[in-house]
Formats: sequence, structure tokens, C-alpha cells
Amino acid sequence: MLSVIVFLPLAGALLVLAAGGRGDRHDREPLVRGLSLAVSLVTFAATLYLWWRFDPASADYQFVEQRAWLPAFGIQYLLGVDGISLFLVVLTGFLTPLALLSSWAAVHKSVKVFCFFLLALETALLGVFVAIDLFLFYLFWDAVLIPMYFLIGIWGYERRIYAAVKFILYTMAGSVLMLIAIIGLAWAYSAANGAPSFDLRELHTVTLPWAMQKWFFLAFALAFLIKVPLFPFHTWLPDAHVEAPTAGSVILAGVMLKMGTYGLLRFAFPLFPDAAHVFAPWIALLAVIGIIYGALVAMVQPDLKKLVAYSSVSHLGFVVLGLCAVNVQGVQGAVYQMVNHGVSTGALFMIVGMLSDRRHTRLISEFGGLKAVMPRLVAAFLLITLSSIALPGTNGFVGEFLILIGAFRWDPRLTACAATGVILSAVYMLWMFQRVNYGRVTNEKNRGLPDLNAREWGMMIPSAAVAIFMGVAPALFLRPMEPSIVRTIARIEGRMPATARASQPGLGARGRPASREPRATSDEPRATSHEPRAATSEPRATSCERRAAASDKKI
Amino acid sequence: MLVLIPLLPFAGFVINAFVGRRLSKTVSGGLACLVMVAAFLVAAITGWTVISGGHAIEQTLFTWLPSGDLQIPFALRVDPLATVMILVVTGIGALIHVYSIGYMHEETDGEYARYFSYLNLFASFMLVLVLGANFPVMFIGWEGVGLCSYLLIGFWFRKKPAADAGKKAFVVNRIGDFGFILGMLLLFASFHTLDFQGVALAAAARAPETATFGLMTAATLLLFLGATGKSAQIPLYVWLPDAMEGPTPVSALIHAATMVTAGVYMIARNAVLFSHAPTTLAVVAGIGVATALMAGTIGLVQNDIKRVLAYSTVSQLGYMFLAMGMGAYAAGIFHLYTHAFFKALLFLGSGAVIHALAGEQDLRNMGGLKKALPVTYWTFLTGAIAIAGVPPLSGFFSKDEILFRTFTGTAVNGWNGRPLLWLIGIVTSLLTATYMFRLVFMAFHGERRHDAPAAPVRPEEEEPGAPVPPLPGPVYSDLPAVDRTHGATHASHAHEGAHLHDAPPSMAIPLIVLAIGSIVAGFIGVPHAIWGSNRIETFLDPSFEVSREAAATEPGAPLVDVPPAAEPHEDTGRELTLMAVSTGIAFAGIGIAMYFWLRNRAASDRMARRFAALHRLLLNKYYVDEIYDAAVVQPIRLLSTSGLWKGVDVGIIDGAVNGVGLSVGAGSRGLRRAQTGSVRTYAASLFLGVVLILGWYLWR
Repeated sequence: MLSVIVFLPLAGALLVLAAGGRGDRHDREPLVRGLSLAVSLVTFAATLYLWWRFDPASADYQFVEQRAWLPAFGIQYLLGVDGISLFLVVLTGFLTPLALLSSWAAVHKSVKVFCFFLLALETALLGVFVAIDLFLFYLFWDAVLIPMYFLIGIWGYERRIYAAVKFILYTMAGSVLMLIAIIGLAWAYSAANGAPSFDLRELHTVTLPWAMQKWFFLAFALAFLIKVPLFPFHTWLPDAHVEAPTAGSVILAGVMLKMGTYGLLRFAFPLFPDAAHVFAPWIALLAVIGIIYGALVAMVQPDLKKLVAYSSVSHLGFVVLGLCAVNVQGVQGAVYQMVNHGVSTGALFMIVGMLSDRRHTRLISEFGGLKAVMPRLVAAFLLITLSSIALPGTNGFVGEFLILIGAFRWDPRLTACAATGVILSAVYMLWMFQRVNYGRVTNEKNRGLPDLNAREWGMMIPSAAVAIFMGVAPALFLRPMEPSIVRTIARIEGRMPATARASQPGLGARGRPASREPRATSDEPRATSHEPRAATSEPRATSCERRAAASDKKI
Repeated sequence: MLVLIPLLPFAGFVINAFVGRRLSKTVSGGLACLVMVAAFLVAAITGWTVISGGHAIEQTLFTWLPSGDLQIPFALRVDPLATVMILVVTGIGALIHVYSIGYMHEETDGEYARYFSYLNLFASFMLVLVLGANFPVMFIGWEGVGLCSYLLIGFWFRKKPAADAGKKAFVVNRIGDFGFILGMLLLFASFHTLDFQGVALAAAARAPETATFGLMTAATLLLFLGATGKSAQIPLYVWLPDAMEGPTPVSALIHAATMVTAGVYMIARNAVLFSHAPTTLAVVAGIGVATALMAGTIGLVQNDIKRVLAYSTVSQLGYMFLAMGMGAYAAGIFHLYTHAFFKALLFLGSGAVIHALAGEQDLRNMGGLKKALPVTYWTFLTGAIAIAGVPPLSGFFSKDEILFRTFTGTAVNGWNGRPLLWLIGIVTSLLTATYMFRLVFMAFHGERRHDAPAAPVRPEEEEPGAPVPPLPGPVYSDLPAVDRTHGATHASHAHEGAHLHDAPPSMAIPLIVLAIGSIVAGFIGVPHAIWGSNRIETFLDPSFEVSREAAATEPGAPLVDVPPAAEPHEDTGRELTLMAVSTGIAFAGIGIAMYFWLRNRAASDRMARRFAALHRLLLNKYYVDEIYDAAVVQPIRLLSTSGLWKGVDVGIIDGAVNGVGLSVGAGSRGLRRAQTGSVRTYAASLFLGVVLILGWYLWR
């Protein structure tokens, strides 16, 4: 089942190559486009089927496929999906057809190859989310870079080569370190058990000494944080986005950035819990800086795509903050926000693409008064903008609210700073929205622009519908996530005492902040929730300070 | 049943939003009014059930947000407090919908449908806000009404001031929402529930934080920040005057009668919690009375008819917060309810004036409209008398109740500032009567001045202070004046000369109904001192205490008795004296207005000249917009542009990255020299390498 889903796009991609004929044949363009769209839609349907068959009560990996691959090194072909990855798989399936559609008007250069790369990219992305063998994961992880590199480098805008190289160097820098850490981890496993393994489920049982954990965690985290991208590793993102074609931006923002946050939650935190405890406050601090910084910089961007790119830095900061809180609401909100961001930022990039298709510019100052010209496009734009600024009733609110609740229980002060993002997002999005859409039409070129066409309706309706649906009925998404998330949290929290103290004297006291009470409370039955929790706030504040002070000493 | 109340307007929104442009104006406008009237009927039936049954009705639709121990149901609840609110929202809302049929008739079909879809959506969100049984559901409505306010203020999106004002309203409200969210987070982290009853129970189980700054004080202060945003109090009131850029019925519905009272409602909804944080109550009272006074003074000198009313709204909301701060929740809600009638009436009346004068809003260009617009004049006058506090109109009873409670309660958190608060309240009351009758006299009495050529651009000081200066772009002031204000077609018949239309029936009927309401609405709250029974207070009071039923179903929750909301002293003599004072004040205010703006206009100009500095200060609204711009907006822009973006991002981080890239590049260029392509060189280096490695092994 999973293999089919993962490799269906790749098979389709090869088919597309064959169907495209030799050279750059324009007469085959409709065939190529239709075929690739059909493949991506079938894949999407398959991911939906996966969701339908998924058992929401189970925390385990489901649909597991396990085959020996390179037994000498303990490398397996091992796929599986749980509540955390399920929705990222569905999201990938959802966004790829939209990305294909978004490129119909803009891409006319070697359409066949373009579609090939986009479908190949989908396979790699799906692989990243379902691989539970670390080596296989790494293969998919790096495989993602190749099609993306070509998508930016060939079909991008003026400075595409610079952007593509910057993109690949940045991310490679992180992933090389991760590869070393992965091999190190397998080696540590074999030292303990006699044979190496890359099976994530097996690797959870390894107890690593502190020094090793620290370095492995940093190597993993660096790779993931660059991908997220967390401040200050984010500067590749605006360049990559600005130069990438619309389809590239949609997939890049919509799915690829989630590889980073997914990696943190799936690998970095549970594999190295001691290190996670020590470094989480610092990562969270960077995340909060990123939230504010990204928003402030987004506010003053003259280019629409750059604005959306910096807003991604801000939104992803929320995701990382939620992960660092390591409690049910924080992590659930973070996973939810990953999907949200994919939907709404993906749609924002599609809209920017539509404007750029019409006007061949993305400068905000070139627009103005579009509401009078293209009321339907602007209505869709408004809805997506609202979802991006997390208005209650849209998906964005659910994610942000859960993240803030989770983070607040963990560290109220950081959360208070993060919550200013709520104000700033309204500032930069609405200001942009006003300059683009309101006022009079001041630029003659904007007069008579055509409103949404059928293809564009086909992109906007699903995005807007999902944005609203996820805001109104989040329970449908949150319930299947919860068991897996609870187990992952237990893994990060639970293994602490014995191993940590054994491996690193003195770590237990410091590494496990006293303020991490939420997991205990999260399992409380609902009935007791009205009980007055006297004196919870004051101790929390102090324990929080204690933790901060403790981490200060360590670093 | 309960869900029908917000669902009906929502259905109207959906229909008008999706197919409205294809419907005729009669159908789209009629549909919007119909759903509101239907919602009013359902609300009335619901209200009757609550009044006769005496207990709250609850409906849970589905679990909205389940996450670990956080379980937020989408639940609605109606209790006496919510009953008053839904009746106000649907009742006055329906009247304003009807009024809009006439007021907006010049718009094209599409725009007309868009207008009504927003208005329906607003009503729907407002009802969710009122009916929500827990904080997050209330927050859906809370932000939803903010969205509709944004859309409706900027309804004429082609005018830059309107679009600016809409954005300003949203952003300023978001600052308040920041506090609201943090308040919610703090409450959930401490009480593990966000249900209003649950929070009230948890709060009741604790001792009031009289001397300490504890959790409840912090949470209530944060929530109050949210209230100052939504209800336009210091320091976040700046968006409301600018919001007058929207169509006038919108100002009446959203920015006078309903949405801006949400902050007051939210405090009343959490009365038990706020009662346990006396420090917050003192802050609420202080902010309320300060806002009332400040807005009253500004209102005295403004020349735009809608802005005077806007400042008046800010001022009256200040009274409501004063009542909240005094713990006189019922009195505050009573004033909210009467205010909805007369302020909606005043706004709609001003709309009728503006409509008749083809968009003229400057009081200095009005005058003498009394004869030409009789319906408008008499209804407007009723509203003015009501707001001035002349007995026995509705405003008198509610305002007097607040002032009486302010004067007689116990000391505020140890400091007995009540007489001072009362005094400021009385001074504001004087100001209210004065500026309101100044408005009446300038607009309706004296000579007609509106045939004088309308000032093409409104005075500079009334240009809303845009939070962020626009990018360099075309200047908008060269647009024809009629486009900037209401309606183009009316311009033609205004210039025909002296022939002015009074309000058409669709506008006149709401005016008359509201005028009757402004007269009689107060009678449900006639105080005991003058042989009334103050029925609204007895009706509302259960909403401000922990409900016995809820407490009974929660075994083990030890109940500390809630401090009773300032029990009225049975001191009839003092109450009557105070009543006489406030009545006298109302007449004094009217008298002052009569002297300066009816009998002796020159005197008012002389006053303005003698106190030129003060006059300019008031005319420019204490320069608060300018101060905010210079102290907050500009520094942030500067920091973001040159500090963060050009400095940190491009300069430092990218500089470092590119630096690494360059040095790697340089290194590679060095290494490239080794790649000569000559086989002999490779062979030689290979040999050299083998020798070196062997040598190392051997030497070792």
C-alpha cells in the first residue's frame, strides 16, 4: 500500500517522460499535463484512502512494509505511517496536483521534464514521511534536493542559479552532518546489540552516553533547523522562493519545510531525549525570535513572494515552539500548523503566481485596486489571508491556539513574546492586502485583468474549502494524531531518569526541568478538570526560571 | 433551537455572498432583513423561555477542539445576560438592516448584496460571541465581528481613508486580542477549563485577591486589554473615530449599538472572576471614567457629525466600564441596553441628514434642517434628550443608576476614590448634554448653510492618522468630493437647490421605532427610590453569580461566598438628591449648548480663540494618533527595514553565508590548479602519496 503510494508518482513521471516524446514537443503539452495531473490526482486519492483505512485509535506505525535490503549493514526497506506522518502524506498528495495546475500558464519550457521533476519530487517527499529506516529516510531526504534544485535552476526567475546553489549548499551542509550522526547511531546500536540497525523502532532502545547524544542531536537538529528554516538559518528561503517557479514555491513552502519540523519530532527529539531537554529551550528561543523577526521583515518587503517567504519563517517559528513544549497541545498544534501552513501558504503562493502570470511582476507597488478588477480572485485571496492570520473559524487559529496553549504551560514568558506574532501577522498581511487590492486602480496595466478562470478556480476552491473545514472540524484531524503524539511525548519524557543519570551524572536534575508537568496533567480524566489547581501559577514561574538558569549554566 | 439564532443570519450571508450579485436589490436586501427578523423572533421566544423558566438554556453542537485535557465543545448558552444581548443584537440589528435598504439603494446590485452579506455575517458572529459558552467559542465571534467591522469600514474600498481605517481597526483590535488570548491561556493553565461557568466556579473557590497581585488579577487585566481594544477604551480607542469611514448604518450597528459593547459584555460574563480581582476592577473603573471624560472633551469641538457621535460612543462606553469597575454589572448592562437604542437612533438620524445632503458630514455646512427634515429632526432630538440624561427618557435611568452606584459603593480596594469617580462622571454628563445639543443646534437650527459650496476636502485635522504611511503613490485628494462620501446620484439633486428629502419610509420607520424605544426602554429599570421595581436588575443578577445548579453539580468545590455586587443602600433621600443633581446637570449642559450655539454663536468662536491652544489640542484629539505613530509605528518600520532586513538578514547572516561560500570558492580555485588534467602530474602525485603513506607506516 505505502510503496504504491510512494512510487506511483515516480512511475507516472517516467510515463510522462515517455509520453512527452523526444525533444521539446509542444503538440504533446496537453497530453503531458493531463497525464501528470491524472497521476497526481490518483496519488491524492490513494492518500485519502490511506487516511480512511487508518486506525485512529492506534499509536503504532500502520501499513508497515518491511523487507531486508542490505542485511550486512542492517539496512531495511521499511515503511510505515502513524498519526504524525499521516496528514503530511495527505498534504503532499493534496498539494502536488495544485502545484501542477499552478504551472500551466507559466511554464512552457520543456513541460515534460518539468512534470517529471515535480512528480519525482512527490515520490521523494512521500518517502521522507513514511520511511522509518533511517538510512532509507536519508536517501529520500537527499533525493528531495535534486528535483527541487532543477526546478529552481531551470524554470526559475532571473537569479535562479544563485538561489538554487544557495539552496542546495545550505541544506547539504546540514544533511551531511546528519548522515554522520545516523551512521554513528547505527554503530552505537551494533556496539550494544551486536549487529547494526537503522530501524527507528529499534534505535529507540539504544541508550547513548551524554556526550554522544549531544553531538548527534546537534547534527540532526542542524539539518532539520536549516530545513525549517529557523532563524538564523533562514536566508536561503527568501531567495529560493523568489526565484522558484510557482509550483516550486508551493511545494517548497507547503511540504518541504515540514520535513524539518517533522524530522525534529520524529527523530531528533525522541532519539536523543536528554539532549532535547537541554536544547529545547534554546531552540524555542530561536523560534520565538524567528516569529517576531520573520514578521517584522515580512512587513517591509516590497516583493509579494518575499513577503510570503518571510511570513513562513514566522509561521514555522510557531511550529517549532509547539514542538519544543513537548506536551499534547503544543505538539498537536505544531503538527496541525504544519498542515495549515501547507494549505494556506501554498495557496498564497498560487495567488501570487496568478498575479505574476497576469502582470509579470510581483512588486506590491505595481498593484492596487484589484478588488474592482478581479473580485473573485480577491475574495479567495481574502479568505486565504484570514487563514494565514489565524482568524478563528479557519485552520490557522486551531494550530496557533493549540501551540500557544501548549507552549504557555511550558514557558509563559516565551509564549507571551510569541503571541505578539498574532498582532504582527495581521499588520503585514493586511497592509499587503490593502496595497494590492484596495484603493483605486492606479496602474493602467491593472485594468481589465481577467478574473479567475476554471483552472484557477480548481486551485482556489480546494484550498479555501480545506482552510475552512480544518477550522470548523479540527476534531477529525486531531483525534487520529493524538495516540501517536502521546506516545512520542512519552518517549521524549519517559526515558529520562534511569538512563540519563547512569550515563551522565547530574544530568537528570538539570536535564529534566521541573516545569514539564503537562504530560501528567494531560492524561487526567476530564472530570477532575474543574478542580481548583491552587498555587499552580507561582511555582511554575519559578521553576521556569530555575530551568532557564540551569540551562544557562550548562551551555 | 439556540443555534438557529446565529445560523439564520449566517444563511443570509451565504446566500447573498454566493448568488447575491445575481439577485435584485429587493430580493437580496429583503432576504437579509427577513433572516434578521426571523432571528429576532427566535431570540424573543428563547428570551421568553429564559424569563419564564428562570434558568439558562444550553446547547452543545459538537466537540470543536479536542486535544489531551483540552476539550472545547462548540457550545451555546443563554442566560439572563445573554438574553438581553441577543434581543438587542437581533432587534436593533433588524431595524438597521431595514434602514440600510433605503440608505444603500444607490449601490449596484453586486455591491448591495455584498453589503448585506457582510451585515448578516456580522450579526451571526455577534450572536456567537454573545451565546458562546466558553472562551474560545466567544473568541470566534470576537474576532469574527472584528473581521466584519474591517470589511464594512472598508466597504468603499476605493477610498484610501476607508481602507486605512478598516486596517487600523483590525490591527488595533488585534493588540487587544493578544491580551485576550494570553488571558485565556493563563486561565486554562490555572483552572483547566475555559467554560465560563467552570471559570466562575474555580474563581469562586478562591479568596478574592484583595491585597495581592495574583493569577486572577493578571488574567483579568489581560482580558481587559482585549476589552479596551474591542470597546474602544484608553489606550486602544483610536480606531473607533476613524471607523466612521464606513457606511452610516454600519456605524450605528457595529460601532455604537453592538460590537463595541462586546468588551463590556465580556466583563459582565465573567463577573465572578472580575469580582475576585479588585485591583483589576479599580483599573477598569479608572480607565472607564478617564475615557469617558477624554472622549467627551474631544467630542465638544469636532465638526464632523459622525465623529462627534463616535467620541460620544467612546465616552458612553466609558460609563459602562465605570459600572463594571464598580461591580455594578447590572447597571452597566442596563446602560448598554438603553445606549443601543438612542445611539443607534442618533447614528441613523445623522445618516438621514448625510443622505439628504448628498454626503455632507461637516456640521459647519449644515444648519436649519429642522423644517426640511421633520422626521429626522424630531427623532434625532429624542435621541439627544435621551443621551443627555433628561428624565424620564431611557438614558436618564441607566446613567443615573451608574452614577448612584459609583457614589454609594464601598471603597475601591482600600482607596476611597468613589466621590472623585462620581465627580468625573458628572462632569462627563455635563459634557455629553453640551456636545449633543451643540450638534442638534448646529445641524438643525439656525440658518441653512448647506447651499454654500461644500468643502471639497475635509479639514486636514480629520484625515485619519494612517498607522503606516502609504508607499509613494498617486495623491487621492484630487478625486471629486462626492466620490469620497456618500453616493453620487444624490449629488445631483442636492444641487437642485433648496429641495431636500426627508428620510424615505424604509429609513423613517426604524428612526421612529428607535425613538419610541429611547423613550420607553428605561422603564424596565426604574429604581426603587421612585417607586419602581428595577426589574432588569433582578432579572440580570443571577448571571453575575455562581449559579446554584452549576455549583450543586460540582461536588467538592468549596464555595467561598462571592462578594455581593455593591448592594444598594436603602437611602432613598440620598438617591433622590443625586438624581436631582444629574437632572440639573443635564439641563445645564443643554443650556450651555443653547447659549453658545443657538443664541450667541459669536461667543463660541470667541471662546475658541481665547483658549486657542486648548481648542487645537482637542481638535487634534490630544495628538494621540500622532504620538502613537511617532513612538510605535515609525520605529518599528525603521527597525524592520534598515535594522533587521537590510542589516541582519542581508548584511550579517547572508554576509556570513556568502563569505563562507566565497572562501570555499577561493579554496576550490586553489585546488583546481591541482587538477591539471596531465596524466603525468597525477601519476607523480599518486606515487608521492604512496611513498608518504608507506613512509609513515614504516617510520612509525
